[in-house]
This record gives sequence, C-alpha cells and structure tokens, in this order.
Amino acid sequence: MSTTTEKPTISTSLIESLDLGKFSIAKEQRKKAFEAFKTTGFPEAKSEEYKFTPVTRLLTKHFSAEELSTQTVANKSVKELLHPEFSENRVVFVNGIYSQTLSSITTDSKVTIQSLDEALTSNPSLLFDQLNINDPFALLNSTLWSDGLYINVPKKVEEKKPLFIHHLHDASSEKVSVHTKLFITVGESASLEIIEKTDTLGDQPVFHTISEEIIVGENASFNYCKIQNDAGQLIQVANTTIQQHNSSRADTFTFTLNGKLIRNNLNIIIDGEGCESHFYGLYLTDGDTLVDNHTTVDHKKPNSFSNELYKGLMDGKSKGVFNGKIYVRPHAQKTNAFQSNRNLLLSDDATVNTKPQLEIWADDVKCSHGCTTGQLDEEALFYLQSRGIPKATAKAMLLYAFAGEVLDTIKNEQLKNYIDSIVSERLHKSY
Amino acid sequence: MLKIKNIHARVEEKAILNGINLEVKPGEVHAIMGPNGSGKSTLASVLAGREDFEVTDGSIEFLGKNLLEMSPEDRAREGVFLAFQYPVEIPGVSTVNFMKTALNKIREYRGQDTLDAVSFLTLMKEKIKLVEIDQSLLNRSLNEGFSGGEKKRNEIFQMAMLEPKLAILDETDSGLDIDALRIVANGVNKLRTKDNATIVVTHYQRLLDYIVPDYVHVLYKGKIVKSGTKELALELEEKGYDWIKSEMEVA
Amino acid sequence: MSKDNQVLEEFTSKEYEHGWTIDLESDSAPKGLSEEIVRFISAKKNEPEWLLEWRLKAYRHWKTMKEPQWPNVKYPAINYQDIIYYSAPKQKAQPKNLSEVDPELIKTFEKLGISLTEQKRLTGVAVDAVIDSISVATTFKDKLGELGIIFCSFSEAVKEHPELVKKYLGSVVPPNDNYFAALNSAVFSDGSFCYIPKGVRCPMELSTYFRINAANTGQFERTLIVAEDASYVSYLEGCTAPMRDENQLHAAVVELYAKKDAEIKYSTVQNWYPGDKNGKGGIYNFVTKRGLCAGDHSKISWTQVETGSAITWKYPSCILKGDYSNGEFYSVAVTNNYQQADTGTKMIHIGKHTRSRIVSKGISAGKSQNSYRGQVHILKRAENARNFSQCDSLLMGDQCGAHTFPYIDVENKSAHVEHEATTSKIGEDQIFYCLQRGIDEEAAVALIVNGYAKEVLKQLPMEFAVEAQKLLALTLEGSVG
Repeated sequence: MSTTTEKPTISTSLIESLDLGKFSIAKEQRKKAFEAFKTTGFPEAKSEEYKFTPVTRLLTKHFSAEELSTQTVANKSVKELLHPEFSENRVVFVNGIYSQTLSSITTDSKVTIQSLDEALTSNPSLLFDQLNINDPFALLNSTLWSDGLYINVPKKVEEKKPLFIHHLHDASSEKVSVHTKLFITVGESASLEIIEKTDTLGDQPVFHTISEEIIVGENASFNYCKIQNDAGQLIQVANTTIQQHNSSRADTFTFTLNGKLIRNNLNIIIDGEGCESHFYGLYLTDGDTLVDNHTTVDHKKPNSFSNELYKGLMDGKSKGVFNGKIYVRPHAQKTNAFQSNRNLLLSDDATVNTKPQLEIWADDVKCSHGCTTGQLDEEALFYLQSRGIPKATAKAMLLYAFAGEVLDTIKNEQLKNYIDSIVSERLHKSY
Repeated sequence: MLKIKNIHARVEEKAILNGINLEVKPGEVHAIMGPNGSGKSTLASVLAGREDFEVTDGSIEFLGKNLLEMSPEDRAREGVFLAFQYPVEIPGVSTVNFMKTALNKIREYRGQDTLDAVSFLTLMKEKIKLVEIDQSLLNRSLNEGFSGGEKKRNEIFQMAMLEPKLAILDETDSGLDIDALRIVANGVNKLRTKDNATIVVTHYQRLLDYIVPDYVHVLYKGKIVKSGTKELALELEEKGYDWIKSEMEVA
Repeated sequence: MSKDNQVLEEFTSKEYEHGWTIDLESDSAPKGLSEEIVRFISAKKNEPEWLLEWRLKAYRHWKTMKEPQWPNVKYPAINYQDIIYYSAPKQKAQPKNLSEVDPELIKTFEKLGISLTEQKRLTGVAVDAVIDSISVATTFKDKLGELGIIFCSFSEAVKEHPELVKKYLGSVVPPNDNYFAALNSAVFSDGSFCYIPKGVRCPMELSTYFRINAANTGQFERTLIVAEDASYVSYLEGCTAPMRDENQLHAAVVELYAKKDAEIKYSTVQNWYPGDKNGKGGIYNFVTKRGLCAGDHSKISWTQVETGSAITWKYPSCILKGDYSNGEFYSVAVTNNYQQADTGTKMIHIGKHTRSRIVSKGISAGKSQNSYRGQVHILKRAENARNFSQCDSLLMGDQCGAHTFPYIDVENKSAHVEHEATTSKIGEDQIFYCLQRGIDEEAAVALIVNGYAKEVLKQLPMEFAVEAQKLLALTLEGSVG
C-alpha cells in the first residue's frame, strides 16, 4: 500500500477517486466487487498471474484514473467497421453501449436477447456475477460495467443461427475505456452459438474489459468463437467463465491476431458428470503485440472429458504467453483431461512463455499436458524446396499446416472460411 | 484336478455365467468354444481370480482345495496359469526380472529354495528354445512395444518357466498369423504331460488343429450347451455358431 | 478395496528404519540467531576474518528477506529463534586419522551401513561423514591426494585451501540468492569440499553421509565441488535423521562449478526422517542446489531419489553458460502419509548449443502432496538450445495429490523445447498380471514402481541403485488404493 511519500499508483488513485453514486443499476453487486477490487488493486509487476503481461504498466502509461472510470461517447460513425459477413443476426455495442439501430436480431423468438441494463430493469432479481472470479479486471468490470447483454435460451430450444456480438470503439479523437458484461444461460437440452469480435476506429488507446458468465445447462451445448483482430491500440482483458452441468458440451475457439495487449482468462468449470469440453486457440502475432491466454479447466465432478489445444506463431517483437491449468478435484474420478500448447518463434525478437499446470487430487484419472517451442522444421522446408516449391511459399505452406490443425476444428463453415482467409492473408503477406 | 460346479458370475449387475459345470482331469486338454459374448473369457478370468467378476453361486475345486477362497497369487502358486488374451505392458520391468520374481515367489510358497541368478538363467535358456523367442526380447520392458505374436509367445515362455498344473489359454490364437500360431501351439504341446491339464479358450477351430483337444465344450449365454470330442469343433466350424443359436432357440 | 486399504494401513504404519539416536556428548550454541551466534560459530571454527565478514553480510541480508510463500507446501511458521544453529559432537581434538575418531561416532555410521574403516570398504567409495554440523571423518584422503584431488570437510578446506574456498564460495549460489541460502551462508557449520584438478578423472565415487543427531538442531551444511578443465567426478550424498516429534530444519547449499570439458555427476538419496504416519515430526528439507557449467562442453548431471523429509523444497539447477554445455536432472520423489514435496529443477540456457534433459517421476501415496516445479529458460543469445522434459506422476489412493508446474520461457527462435507430463494411477491390470504369475501385491507394486522409476534409478552409481530401489519399495509397499 502506498505511503504518503510514495507517488500514488493507478490502483490507489482509482480507488480514491471512484464514486459509485453515478451508477443506478446493480448497485449492490458493484459495491461488493469494488470492495474486493480494493484489496487486489491492479496486479503488480511481480504478480504470478500477470508477470509477463504488464497491463498495469500500460494503463499507467496511457490512462489517468479518471479516464479509466469515465465512459466516452462515440463522435464518429463506426458503421464502416461492421462486417457484412455477419450481418444477419448481430448485436452491436458502440463504446460499450448497446446500439439498437446497428443491431439486428433474427434468432428464435423464444430466445431472450436484451441489453443487461434492460434485463435488470425488468427483472431486478436476475442473478448474475455468481461465479466468483477473483481476477482484478473481472472485479473492475463488475464495478464499472457500462452495459452488457443478457441471453437466455430456454429449455430444448436449439438455436441454429449463430449470434454475432460486435464491440466497436471510436478512438479517433479520444481515449476509450469500456467495460462490458455478458450473462448467458443455455437451458436444459438447448444450444447456442456465439461469435464475438472487437474493432476500433482511430489510434487512441482503448482499454476494454469484458466479462462473460455462461451457464450451460444439462445436456445443452454451447459454441463460442472469439476473434481478436483489432487494428487499434487495444488493451483488452477478457474474463470468460463457462459453467457446465451434467452431459453438457462446450466448444470454444479463441483466435488472436492483433492488438496492443490481449489477455484472455478462460475458465471452464465442469460442475456435472458426463461433460465434454473442447477448447482451441490460435494466435498469430506480429509487431509488438502481446497475447496472453490463461485457461483453467476445473473438473469438479467425475466422468468428464476435456481437451485443449492452443497453438501460436510469433513474429516481429511479439510475445506469446500461455498458462493452462487443469484441476481435478478429489472425487472427480474417471476424468480424462488433455492439454497441448505448441509454439513457433519466427523472428529473433519474438518470445514465448508457457506454463502448463496439472493439479490432480483424484487417482483414477488420465491427464496429460505437453508443450513445445521451436521453429519451422528445416528438413520439411528443404523437402518442399527440393520438389521445386519456392522457399517463401514452402514456409507459408508449413505455417499454414501448423495453424490448420486448429482451424480444422471450427464446425461453422462460414466462420471457418472467414478465419481461414485472414490466416492465409497473414501468412502469405509475411512470406 | 479341476471341478467346476454350477458357477454363476456377474460383472457389475450383468450376469455372464449362468451355471457352468466342468471337470478336468490330469493329462486332459479341454477346448471351450463359443460365439463372442458367450462368457468364455469370463470363465478364464474367474478361474484366475480377477476381482471384476463376482461369483454369485457354485463352487470350484482345484486339487482338492477351494479355488474361490484363494487370492489370485495363491492360485498361481498352486499351479493355475492364465495366458492372457491381452498381455499387459509394464514399462521399465524386464521379462527376465519379472519371471525371476514370479518363479522365486512360487518356489518360496512351495517350500523350495529360490534360484540364484545363474541357475535361473540356465533354466531360462532351456525354456527359450521351446517357444523360439528371441532372448533380447526378454531383456526389454515386459510386453512393451511387442508385436501381437511376440506377446503371445512371451505368455507361453512364462508358462514354460512356471510349469503350471492347469494352463488356461485365453484366445491365444487371436491376432496370430499361421507361423506364430504353429510356434505357440508347438510350445504348448511340448509342455503337455500326463500330470498337467490345459483349457483352450477359443473362438475358432483353427488352433485346435495344432492343439488337439480331448473334449470340446460349446458355451452359449453363460452355459455349456454342448460337449463332445474334437469332431464337435469341426462340426461347429462347418455349420457356424448360428447352428448352436438356432438349436438353442428351438429347445 | 477393503483389502487394499488393509495393506495400505499395514505399510503406512511401517516404522522409519533409521529412527534411532545415539548419545553423543555435544558442544552446542545457545538457541536462537543473532550476530553473536554467527560470530560464535565462526570463532568455534577458527575462521579467518574474511569468512566471518562474508557470514555477517549474509546474515544482515537474511534479516531483510521474507520466507518464500510460493511453494505448494503448508507448514506452521518456523520460529528461527527456537533453533540451535551449531551443535558438534564433542571430540578432544580434530582427529588426524580414523583411530582418533570417537568410537561412538564410528558406531553411528556403522548402524547406517557406512563403514568408515577403509579396509572394510569393498567398493571404491570415499566417504565424508557429517554428523549434526560437523564432518567427523573422511576416508581415502591419501589415495585421492596422490592424484591431486582434494576431498575434505569444509572447515578443513577453509584452513588448508583458503584461496580455493575464497574464490568459489558463493560463486554459484550467492549469499543473497534466496531466504534459505542466505540463512545457510550466515550459519553454515560444515560440509564437504571437493576439488578435481585439470584432466583428472576421479577413480572412485565420492560421497558424503549426513546425519542429524542432536535435538532442536538445524543442520546447515555446505558442499562445494570444483571440477577443473576436462576433469570428471561422481559424487553421492545420503542422509538420515532420528525420529523426533518436533520438526527439524535442514537448509543446505550445494554449489557445483564445472569448467571446460569437465563433468560433475551429483546423486542424492535423501532419506531424512519423514515424520510419523500422522504427520508429526520430520525434517524440513529446504535446500538450494545449483551447478554452473562455466566452461564450453561441460556437463552437470543431477540425480535425486527423494523418499524422506516431512517437507522437501529443492530445485537442483544448472546454469548452462558455456557453449555446448549440458545439464541433466533425473528425479524420483516419493511421498506417503502427510509428506509434502515441492521439487524440480531450473535449466538456464545462456550458452550456444546448450542442451538439457529433465526426467521427473513423482509418486504420491497416503495423504501426501507431491509437486514438480521446473523452469526451462532459453535466453536470447542461447542459439540452438535444446530441452526435453518428461514429468510423470503416479497416484496411489484417492487422498493424495500430484501437481505439475513447469515454466517454459523461450527468447530465442532457434530453440527446441519439448515438455510432456502425464498423471495416472498405478494400473490395476498390471497388478493383476503380476498376481496371476504368483507375485503378491506388495512385490507387484514394488516391481511396477521400480519399473516406472527405472529411467532415473539407472543414473545412480551401481552401489546406490540397489539401496534406492529398496528405499522406494519400503516407502510405498502396499500403498495401492
């Protein structure tokens, strides 16, 4: 804690200056979260969870405490950032505020899709923020969130149409600090697919925290894709927590290309038996982008299966950080949990820090993790060249093949083609 | 030697053996045949004492002793040998070391002196010839990376080392080509004496061309539904298991 | 299950074999730690002024440090003022040879199965015996001396070879490295010193046996091994302690220094008293071990078999500074009852073409917690570095835990780093297969576990591999859940 002689940190300034009086909704939750944030503050440089990911340093550099807690309104039209590919069924946020005009929802009418503000106004007893995430940015998000989304898929409704959630920021003239909250419940035997993306206009710094709380009911299925390809100066911390009940299935795909600093905390809580969980990640970074994926799978009940594969290609001065935790609690017998992290470093200045972790308290389990870091297989490269393929093409082919293992897991064809085109463009552009 | 009376056994809640009766005398070879799922391997496992199977009724007497009361290791020490359908791999433990431990434990049980390294190796060299197994294989981790044929030969090698009174061959022919089958069968035949007995569990008649049985029993839905001599095996081969099935349904 | 539990009960109640004490008159410092105590220790040992200053500096630094909180172990706070920092078996004078050593001491070591009388040694192993804080005897000194090898107690080295000690002490583990290393630097009492001259291949295994005997005493020994260019040495340490109800602290420091083309092989069979089956008593084994591959083509290999101690906290590490240098870490850590182990290694790749290999086999039984923690760091200038790590955990019973915390940090694109880890239980099929061949359950478990740990055990010198195997079986027999 700061003493009078020390310069106040961004944590202390924020804590001292923040007035919760300006919020009219979810006051109790905000107060509780703020109290918790007061004890954590922003992570310090030595923090084990953020030791390679200097969010606090960047925030201190680019924002004042006041800027962090102030919502700025978009000045310009951000329409040009919209994606025609995903226009059919979409929800759009502009600088953190739900935009009725840009959104167009065509899902089954039984599915509730509301701004969180609206949902809480009509039903103040709506229970959210129940999963107790202690990440400082999740706490900050729960304190400061400006708007969000509530989705409820009732029992047995299998929603086939993916919902595209688009966060747009206008940082053309002002800094942007936005905090968005998503609360999604997928009922028993129901299903839902979500695609989420962030885009920024202009090159002022953007700080975006996003917290997602997703409850997947019995026998339900949830499919989730996060695309992070923001051209701006984005500092983003995403906390995504998925709670799975009996026999449910969750598939997540996290795809990261650009941004200043991207930190994803993905937590899967397997709170039922017979669950299946697949989560994939692909990060292709360049420039001075830092991508940090922290994943946790917490097996609390027996007989479930989880499989994780994250792959990374780091170029330029970019940094890749991976931390994967598998917990198998006592009594979660017959758990099968697998994790793999593979990285290739493409330049002299790129780095990777990985820390896979297994914490196992049950004996009748099969768990493994593996990780590798290396560079392109010279043998393979030579082999292709010896068959007449130019080196640059050969390189791109091999890199594409490396990424392909993850891309192949995307089931939604349209989405797959979209991501595939970005990956191809990136790999061919560079080589 | 072996008297099986009215054995009922189940795994979890599922009844697999529904009253098996069988008597095996010294010097005899019995073949147990039957379609998949008839309970052949279960019978082999029950004899060896695998805990997954619960015996709910009946008795098994082996050399005058109650076999069902014995632990699996004591059954082995009394002379019951099971050649596994799927021999287990144990990384880091060589077959040589494994056999030395097993043989000496059995000898201790029988009140015999344990073998020192030299006499053990002499015995081993002698037995190796019987099954035409490559000695270098025996210095490797037990069954790890062995081919199907090598695993089965290793089982017969172990049988030769331990000299059981009752050998149970559980689908020993599965996954073997004809040469491997011949080698394995020759090994078994060379080990036959008037004092020991063999139970051959198999799906196909093929193996019985090499190991000629005195009796053939057909198992169906956990019961012996037909017994006969080696001709029964040939008849079964010709008519197929559907013959048994239809005959049973008529009955 | 009930049968298994019975077997488990039986064997977890097995008593620790080396739990006896011998009445040795000892010469101790009063409890507690202060500058006076540091001065007292230094004075007792007639140390030169520079070493006293070195100790005091370490002590002053230690006072500013905090005990590390990150290891995955739990224990009540240690009262550092309640420990005796110096205890030496009383001897009339420094013994010149074995005939002058107190016969009670010789008996102590004979009980451990270590004969200090040279003619009784069958194999070529030279022994330095350290009891409580003091080295009591070193064997084969003369024979080694002919080759120019120095193998003696640390105190003797300070007197006889001050220039070497001064040069290398703290060169691998600086006094301010970590909390326990700083503590050790302030109060270390004795230990072994070993120097292999250029081009010499040490013809016998060198070994140190450590024994804590006195009550309420901490043991703080220091081992320093220096291998000159193109030399080779294989070194082994073994340790035991009596059964006592209170926890005793053991905070040792081991420094290895390998020059060009030199190779140091360091093996540990750690069997400190682990506490009783209810978790009462036992040694806190908080040890800093580090090797520096200073020269090109040098090699340091750590092998450890950890079966004892209530809590183990140690990470024998390699700093691969020389080009083409090579680091290895082979570990078997077994925990039973309430034991806790947080152990692993660090491989710091600085030089070009450096290689490292990590093989860790953890086995947890009873209510114990067993963690692997390791770091592989490829620094920016470490072109073409290679690392392979394999970390396996075996669980026996559903009340223990196995944890794996590897840290992999790569700053050079030409690196190849591969890490694999698995966690599983001992196979029921494997046990049944053994049973069917007439091998009983205890023997089956011993067989399977030794097979599982074989890759590590085969790294040990022959004489100790057998001992280690027995120790594994003894710690685990019957612990199948």
